[in-house]
Amino acid sequence: MGNEARFITKNFGKYDPMSLDSYLSIGGYSALKRALKMDGEDIASAIAEAKVKGRGGAAYDMGRKWSQSRGVKAPHKVVICNADEGETCTFKDREIITNDPFNLIEAITICGYTVNAQDGYIYMREEYRHLRPRLLNAIKEAEEKGFLGDHIQGTDFSFHIHLYSGAGAYVCGEGTALIRSIEGKAGRPRMKPPFMKVSGLFALPTCVNNVESFAIVPHLLMDDDREYVSYGSGESLGTKLISLGGNVRRPGVYEIPFGTTVRDIVYDLGQGIPGGHSLRLIQFGGASGKVSDERILDTPYTYDDLKAAGVTVGSGSVLVIDSRTSVLDFLRMTQDFFSEESCGQCTPCREGNLHIKLILAKMARGEATQADIREMKKIASIMSISSLCGLGESAQNALLSAMKVFPKTFEIGGEN
Amino acid sequence: MVTEVTPEFVITDELAREIDRVLDEHGHDATQIVGVLLDVQALIEQQYVPQPVAFYVAQKLPIKVSVIYDCLTFYSALSPTPRAKYPVQVCRSIACKVNGSDSLFETVKEILGVEPGQVTYDGRFTIEEVSCFGACDVAPAIRINGKVYGHLDTPDKIRAVLAEFM
Repeated sequence: MGNEARFITKNFGKYDPMSLDSYLSIGGYSALKRALKMDGEDIASAIAEAKVKGRGGAAYDMGRKWSQSRGVKAPHKVVICNADEGETCTFKDREIITNDPFNLIEAITICGYTVNAQDGYIYMREEYRHLRPRLLNAIKEAEEKGFLGDHIQGTDFSFHIHLYSGAGAYVCGEGTALIRSIEGKAGRPRMKPPFMKVSGLFALPTCVNNVESFAIVPHLLMDDDREYVSYGSGESLGTKLISLGGNVRRPGVYEIPFGTTVRDIVYDLGQGIPGGHSLRLIQFGGASGKVSDERILDTPYTYDDLKAAGVTVGSGSVLVIDSRTSVLDFLRMTQDFFSEESCGQCTPCREGNLHIKLILAKMARGEATQADIREMKKIASIMSISSLCGLGESAQNALLSAMKVFPKTFEIGGEN
Repeated sequence: MVTEVTPEFVITDELAREIDRVLDEHGHDATQIVGVLLDVQALIEQQYVPQPVAFYVAQKLPIKVSVIYDCLTFYSALSPTPRAKYPVQVCRSIACKVNGSDSLFETVKEILGVEPGQVTYDGRFTIEEVSCFGACDVAPAIRINGKVYGHLDTPDKIRAVLAEFM
C-alpha cells in the first residue's frame, strides 16, 4: 500500500500496550521529558506551526486552542480527552487506544503541562469498555514510574488522569453533554456560552481534545526531521487516520498523508467495492457528515479540497455505499440514527428529526408531494441554525447535501 | 416467549459485598455514577439495575436516587428493567446495514424465537437494536455483554456464536 503513512501509528505493534517498560524501550516518554524543559507557549506554537486541526470533527486549530487555554488564568484547570467516538463508521480512536495507550496518556500529560492544568479526564464510550483495563494499567504504571502524579519527573508539575465511562449516548460526544456526564449526571447538552475554555467541567477552565489529536503531539515534539510537515500541503499538513467502511473489500483504519485522493482511499486502500457493484455515494465524517457521489473520487483528501467539493473531513470516516442501497434508503437509515440519538431536550432537534423521518417514510411509500419536500428542506434548515447543540445542527447535513448532489431523488416521480 | 411479573429482587450478602467492591474501585466518587452503574449492572444476572440495588447504591455512595434514575433512563447502556443474561445487541447503523445486518437481525430473531425487547422463556436471551458500536470493519456485527462478534454474514456463523451461550 503505497499510500499509507506511519506517523501517528508509528508505535502500533512495536510494544506491549500493557507494559510501560516496553513503551520506554521504544523511546516512550521522550516527548514528555522534552516538553518539561520547554515553555508551554512553545509547545502550542509547535502544534500551530504544523497546522494540526482537531480530529474529533470540528477541525479547530489545535495550537490556538492550547494557547487560548493556557491564557486563561485560574488556580485549577482541567484537560479532557474525548474518547466517545460515536459517529457511525468511525473507529480510529479505538485503534489508538488498543495499540498505543501509553502515547495517549503521555500526550494528555503534555497538554496538562502546556495549559497549566492539574487534572486530566478521559471520557471513553461504553462500547469500548473492553479497553478500560488497558488505560487503567497505563495510568497506574505511569504513576508508579513518576510520569504521572505529583512532581512529575522531579519537577513542580503535578498532574492526575481519571478515566470515566459513557453509557451508550451519542450526544455525549458533544462537549457540554460530555462534561455533564463526567459530573455524574445525564448527558444533556447546555447552551454556550459560557465556553469550555472558560467554564467547562465542574465550572473549571477546560481544554477538550480528541484521542487522535492528542496522539499526534508526542510524535510531533520528537519530530526533529520534520517528517510530519513533509506530508500534505497548505492548510492540510501531515497525516490523518481515516475509518473506511461500508461496501469496500478491505474496511479498516488507515493513516493517509493529506492529499491522497478519495479514489486511492476507496479503490487502493479499500480495494474497491465487492461484487461488481457500482458506487452510489460516499459519506464523509460520520452520520453528521455530508455526502457526495463518484464526482468526488479525484478530489484530494484535504480540508480545503473536500470543503470545495461540498463535504468535510469531520470525524475522518469514509463510508462507501454501493448501488444496492438507494439514496432514499441511505437517508432513512441515517435519520433512524438521529431519531434514536436526539436527546429530546430542544424543540428543533426533537420535532425536526421526527417530522423528517415521517416525510422520508412518505417518500418511500411514494406518497410525498413537492410541498413535503419543501417542508423537509425548511425543517432541516431550521434545525441547523436553531438547535441547542451540534447534534441537531448537523443531523441534517446528509439530507441537505443529498438534495444538492442527487436532485432527482427529490423530484416526485424521480428514480432512486 | 414469556413475560413474567418480576419477583421482588433481594440483595444477597454476596451481592452487597460485590457492590461495595465496585464502589471502592470507583473511590466512592459520586461523579463516577455512570461507571458504577455499568459495573453494578454487570453483577446482576439479568443485566439491569433493580430498584433495591439503585437504593442501596444511592445510600452507600451517597447520591440522590433521582440522579440514579435520571441516568438509568437517559443512558441506553443502562437499564432499570430486567434484560437477560445475554442481551444480544445487533448493530442497526449504516455500515452494518449495507453489509447485511437486516438478514443477521432476522436470523437472530429466528434462532432465539423472540422479538426485540422480549426475553426467551429461560431468561437467557433478549435482542436489542443498538446504534453503531464501532465495529464497522467487521460488519455485520453483534455484541454480547461487551464482546463483539463480527463478520456474521451467514446463518451458520450466527448460529455458531449464539451456540456458545446456549
